[in-house]
Amino acid sequence: MTESLIINIATMILFLPLLGFAVVLFFGKKYPKIYLFEVADMLLVLLLSIFVMIAKIGYFPGSIVYSFNWIDFGNVPFFGNTVIELGIEIDNVSAIMLVVVNLISFLVHMFSIGYMKGDSRYTRYFAYLGLFTFSMLGIVITHNLLMMYIFWELVGLSSYLLIGFWYEKKSASDAGKKAFLVNRVGDIGMFIGILILYANYHTFTFADIYAQMQSGILPFGSEAWLTAAGILIFMGAVGKSAQFPLHVWLPDAMEGPTPVSALIHAATMVAAGVYLLIKIFVMLTADAMLVIAVTGAVTSFVAATIALTQNDIKKVLAYSTVSQLGYMVMAVGSGAYLFAFFHLVTHAFFKACLFLGSGSVIHAMHHEQDIRAMGGLRKKMPLTYMTFLISTLAISGVPLTSGFLSKDGLLAGTLAFGNLTGHWLIPIFGFTVALMTAFYMFRLVIKTFHGKPRDMHKYEHAHESTFVMAMPLVVLSALSIFIWYTPNPISADAGWFASSWVQTPESVVPQDLRFEFMQTDTHETAAAEHHITHSEMYTEAMHSAHYPAMFLSLGLGGLGILLAFMMYQWKKINSWKLAMSMKPLYNFSLNKWYIDELYHATVIAGTLGLAKMLTWFDQKIIDGIVNGSAWLAKFVSKMSDLFDTFVVDGLVNFTAFFSGFIGLTFRRFQTGKVQTYLVFVIFSLIVLLVIFRPF
Amino acid sequence: MDGFPILSLLTFLPVLGMIIILFLPKEQSNTIKYTTLVITSLQVVFAVILLGNYNYGAGGIFEQSSFQFIEKFRWIEITGISWIGTVKVDYFMGVDGISVPMVLLTAIISFIATLSSWNIKSQLKGYFALFLLLDTGMMGVFVSLDFFLFYIFWELMLLPMYFLIGIWGGPRKEYAAIKFFIYTLFGSIFILLVMIGLYFSATETIASGERVFTFNMLALMDQTNYSPDGILSPFNPENMRLVAYIALFVGFAIKIPMFPFHTWLPDAHVEAPTPISVILAGVLLKMGTYGILRISYPMFPDITRDLMWYIALFGMVNIIYGALVALAQKDFKKLIAYSSISHMGYVLLGMASLSTTGIAGAVFQMFNHGTITAMLFLIVGVIYDRTHTRGINDFGGLANQMPVYTGFVTVAFFAAIGLPSLSGFVSEALVFVGAFGQESIRVLTMISTLGILLGAAYMLWTLQRIFFGTLPEKWNKLLDIDKREYAMFIPLTIIIIFLGIYPSAMLDIMNTSVNTLVDYVAVSFQNMQLSGF
Repeated sequence: MTESLIINIATMILFLPLLGFAVVLFFGKKYPKIYLFEVADMLLVLLLSIFVMIAKIGYFPGSIVYSFNWIDFGNVPFFGNTVIELGIEIDNVSAIMLVVVNLISFLVHMFSIGYMKGDSRYTRYFAYLGLFTFSMLGIVITHNLLMMYIFWELVGLSSYLLIGFWYEKKSASDAGKKAFLVNRVGDIGMFIGILILYANYHTFTFADIYAQMQSGILPFGSEAWLTAAGILIFMGAVGKSAQFPLHVWLPDAMEGPTPVSALIHAATMVAAGVYLLIKIFVMLTADAMLVIAVTGAVTSFVAATIALTQNDIKKVLAYSTVSQLGYMVMAVGSGAYLFAFFHLVTHAFFKACLFLGSGSVIHAMHHEQDIRAMGGLRKKMPLTYMTFLISTLAISGVPLTSGFLSKDGLLAGTLAFGNLTGHWLIPIFGFTVALMTAFYMFRLVIKTFHGKPRDMHKYEHAHESTFVMAMPLVVLSALSIFIWYTPNPISADAGWFASSWVQTPESVVPQDLRFEFMQTDTHETAAAEHHITHSEMYTEAMHSAHYPAMFLSLGLGGLGILLAFMMYQWKKINSWKLAMSMKPLYNFSLNKWYIDELYHATVIAGTLGLAKMLTWFDQKIIDGIVNGSAWLAKFVSKMSDLFDTFVVDGLVNFTAFFSGFIGLTFRRFQTGKVQTYLVFVIFSLIVLLVIFRPF
Repeated sequence: MDGFPILSLLTFLPVLGMIIILFLPKEQSNTIKYTTLVITSLQVVFAVILLGNYNYGAGGIFEQSSFQFIEKFRWIEITGISWIGTVKVDYFMGVDGISVPMVLLTAIISFIATLSSWNIKSQLKGYFALFLLLDTGMMGVFVSLDFFLFYIFWELMLLPMYFLIGIWGGPRKEYAAIKFFIYTLFGSIFILLVMIGLYFSATETIASGERVFTFNMLALMDQTNYSPDGILSPFNPENMRLVAYIALFVGFAIKIPMFPFHTWLPDAHVEAPTPISVILAGVLLKMGTYGILRISYPMFPDITRDLMWYIALFGMVNIIYGALVALAQKDFKKLIAYSSISHMGYVLLGMASLSTTGIAGAVFQMFNHGTITAMLFLIVGVIYDRTHTRGINDFGGLANQMPVYTGFVTVAFFAAIGLPSLSGFVSEALVFVGAFGQESIRVLTMISTLGILLGAAYMLWTLQRIFFGTLPEKWNKLLDIDKREYAMFIPLTIIIIFLGIYPSAMLDIMNTSVNTLVDYVAVSFQNMQLSGF
């Protein structure tokens, strides 16, 4: 087995879904069954990526890189030979990610066969899924920021196409547009961040940039620019991973078909932001990390408070996704690299399961999404219920599930972070969210599956899903069990995933720009005295945070579950009365903190107003000046015409006229009679004498 | 290819076609159309042959020996004029990496525009004769290396354009045509003045050994040819180079069009028939930016460097202003016209960077804007032909009625938005990379990135209003595109996708020349100045 084999297979993994897209798009009309090609294609891609993961992790400790010159500028003045490289890099993280993406993608393809049955654009749908998978895999295996950006935008496109898949509905096409535009806001920041790095390092390749940073070269020679670059690239993640304040697109994205929500808007694409952060983790300064941690904490808190009161099954899951993504971002910001990625993986499985489960319910309920119309479905749909429940236990952090492991590690990480840096707000947010998560998830389960059916008609028609839809649920819920990740159900540390597959890389930013616990060799003497290095200081803090974090999160999770049962199952607490007793808070949560309304009133109205104003300015002022000068030119020429006619020509004519007049007048005097002349002479003489009075 | 006058052939082939058409009887409309089609197809073939024989390694810009396919002979020579001596004008043509993309673009767009002209109903003979004359004018501008010749082609293209808009245009055609004509002529006067100023400032040695005033662009770029007392000579301490530069820039800027000289464009586009809009957006606008790169930059490197920030500023204003005004348009064609203004701003911004990435991005953007915007105007034309309306809000739900058309629209719109894997992305990205690297215009560049958000906003909003939602009753008989329209869209789509994935195909043509230009403007000339020439 050679590296080039891995690279070749990875390239195949990347391009096979694109092939599927093209084939299904162009032949879909003629051969409606061609979508099966896409599904088979994805199965092949999945098998190949499992092979790549095993081979990579088993046989190649280092990362495998292949790159080529995409653009060659030749010998550029000032910089010498300049090329832009594209390429792929397979390391452990991307190898694992390949399997996660392709597994979920394949299962969603399966599920969609049943879910989308009867849709008028059935084959088109599968083509788009292929396009999405291709774009997502590009993000996973890129070895440089430019290609990351390229595929970043391409997942944006496929997300746009799939959110607005039912474009006859205005809400759907609105949501697609909103998703694309909100993401672009983040992308602009990311793009500028990339520009900062390129302007200084003249390469887009991660490894080359990091090598130069490690040798002490700072962007524009300043620490602030390095922090800025980190935060700006993070803006891309804020958009894609729906972080506050750009989270508003994700709940709306639920307008897309539910399997799409599972694949793109829960498990993979939205996690791309976190994946980006993992890729750039080593270049984040302490300031940048703090910004990231706070953003993640605020996001997870805001989203969780909104999820408490939503009544649309998909909206609850959407806000829960935002909240969990906030968790991961917060974890990266607080240095818990490993658990951020671990949670990304476990969350991908259980959240995909939850979404597909909700899809199963929605399908059975004839596109009813309001949980107030559901209830008692566990009898009708036992398999959906069981898988949904397992995933709910996982997201709530109940032991024996994968979610417990990753969430516990993640929260321990924030606790250690709070302990080491004094930023206690981060773990406080983290644990509060754990309480809320358990509560709203069980509220969802109870309202949907327990109790008595609220809409008997729809309940009567509900039925358990067929094999193609049930199989993915079973697989995904099985992956929400601890055993796949570690033999020890209460600690991930012993497991292969956390102990050997993924390792936190060494930061490349100057020592004094890192958090103290991430510094390595500045305090050598101190380290020698205490017999620990500073990265071990972090390990130590993690260890001591492990049990407090576990008990705290277990306690809070249990409390959340208990509250949900008290309110919705046993009705010991009247939830409506409780809501009314704090009506302003309830409304605030129900209306999603009025953030959409705020944006509409400010950014959107402002931009459109400015656009209208400038259009007026363009037509009245600028074009007014143009037309005005034309008018002026015409006016001047008319005036010159008039001047010409009346003054210049007038003078000419007047001269002519005058001489004529004189001629005419004086002709009268030339009568030819001597007597008349004599009279004139005498008359003139008298006049002259009167005038000059010589006497 | 030695000695074969391929550039003259490319330039005057359409005139040949025009003559044939003038001899054809009016009634034979099909013969007239097919003659034009054959001529423009041949032009594409010759452009491809030119590309096939083009040496990618030669720089051009200021050095005659590294220009290719040169044709040079004395065109006008009058000796013994009192204080001037000999007046001579050369017929001087040649191409380098900056003109070849434009030659290709002109050939392709003329061909596509011919296909799009199939629907012209009235006075076919006159239309196609003028159309071909326009083609000659455009091609001539991009291959001329003598300022006098350049100016003739520049003006030559005005006349047919005036009639093509004024006769075959929409309801306000007279207003639009005269506005276009006078505005451009206004700019031409500035160019003419600077041309004469340059003429009397520099001399070159002719075969007889005599030093004579010259219109030769390459001689005008060589600062050693300037006499110390010439009004535009860098040696003259009281020179008027700054004023001349601005005048020349305004002359070219009107064509781009650059804010605030842009208002002729929306009017011209709205009134012009579809193929003329396609040519206007596809080729004509590039003549402005091409002129700046070909003439202003190498002839005035010192002033260019001084005014770099202002060029970037106007680029930024074009990007943002054009996009914001486009956002408020309700007429589909006007929206595309303003988006075109916005996208030409990227060209200005890239040029202002004075870096290889930025200028290569700018020239690439000129080509991409040519293909993408041409496609957008074709798209407007398709829907206007069928419905005779362009109001964005008159439509809705066309996606189900015209699925293939919608597919092409989606490609073109996303290309305009700058989606990676389509050509527009690469050029815009290179513009930003180049401009960001230049410290003095970094802030302007950062503001300009807002353009990619606004661009997405107006494009996606338009896509939604026209193609999504429910179909109004009255449009349920609209037909999807026919074979001829396929033939217009497919080549452009292929180019857009191909250059998005493999941009080197175009960038490699221009890289050597762009490097030469950057080196000449930013390095060599400065060294010359430092060493007192």
